[in-house]
Amino acid sequence: MRESIIMKIHYGTAVAAVALVAVHILFRFTLGFAESLEYENVIANYQFLPYAGMLEIILILISIHGFNGLRVVLLELKQGSQYEKSVNYGCLGAMALVILYGSRTIFMTNMGMM
Amino acid sequence: MAAESLQISNEESGTIVSSTKTITLRIARSNPKKNTEQKFDEFKIPYQKWTTVLDAILEVKKHLDHSVAVRYSCRQASCGSCGMKINGRPALACFTKITELNSDVVTVEPMNNFPIIRDLVVGFERMFSNHKKIKPYIINEESEINPGTKEFLQTPEDVEKYIQFSNCIKCGLCNSACPTMATDSSFVGPQALAQAYRYVADNRDKGKDERLKIIDDSHGIFRCHFAGSCSQVCPKGVDPAMGIQLLRGYLLGFRD
Ligand code: SF4
Ligand code: FES
Repeated sequence: MRESIIMKIHYGTAVAAVALVAVHILFRFTLGFAESLEYENVIANYQFLPYAGMLEIILILISIHGFNGLRVVLLELKQGSQYEKSVNYGCLGAMALVILYGSRTIFMTNMGMM
Repeated sequence: MAAESLQISNEESGTIVSSTKTITLRIARSNPKKNTEQKFDEFKIPYQKWTTVLDAILEVKKHLDHSVAVRYSCRQASCGSCGMKINGRPALACFTKITELNSDVVTVEPMNNFPIIRDLVVGFERMFSNHKKIKPYIINEESEINPGTKEFLQTPEDVEKYIQFSNCIKCGLCNSACPTMATDSSFVGPQALAQAYRYVADNRDKGKDERLKIIDDSHGIFRCHFAGSCSQVCPKGVDPAMGIQLLRGYLLGFRD
């Protein structure tokens, strides 16, 4: 993929993540901060479908943005075609793993399996 | 004949005359072909208010140590040969007066981010090959040299768009100041990127897509962190950082 397309995704995910994380933080303020972290309240958030959907989107946005950022940092640290290939595929794989693991938690909790 | 060619040049710099004011000139000495160690040699040099750092180095070469390696040619900030670090900052030695440094000690070192050949002389191969890579010429099937085609006319506004960027003398100071150049050995660099913009912004040129493709790779334009140090050190006011941002506009779809 062209670097300009990757960077458009990088900037886009950053802007969208900032907006959604702001909504997420505002929701924390509706209850007291400590109260919002109580077990039942956290589970209730996950079981409320629109909120769980938002958390899933935040997870995807932050994973894409974060792992692409890591890829860029690693590419600037060292060069070499073998190394660059490993960094590109390594970051893509790690991103997929984090999204899959996080989504599993969100889906299982939403469906009352946790 | 051999003895004659070994003689130190009798060329007169014409700038150092008897003066009571002196500075300590510290010159970084190294020869990577022999060893990697760098040391500093110190020289006391008299100076006048018009004495440049290059004059001071040439004074050393002429009277104190002719083995100091320095590259220079025009002595008027036109050829781009005499770039070096002067008191830690990349600058042209022929364009930096001793008096403007406000220091009794002037330290000169080879530019960062370039391989050292000897003492103050660095290799420009990487910069020149990146410069060449971005096709630094007008790409257009029609040209004045092809019979039957016309000359290109431009309005002052058309010229205004790129003229600042055509002042580049390829001195390499911007690449030396660039933090990305320091870690990314494949980065194309501010010099080449500013030149890519110079041709992309020229309305006679038809090679925009070709050039944008070249700089749109994993070590291309998006590795610029916009530190802006390239523009701070440029002796010709080229402002490579601005060129890079304008060029990014094409790739991100803000300009066409
Ligand atoms: S942009 Fe400025 S600093 Fe960079 S090579 Fe050209 S003249 Fe030198
Ligand atoms: S000697 Fe030509 S730029 Fe300094």
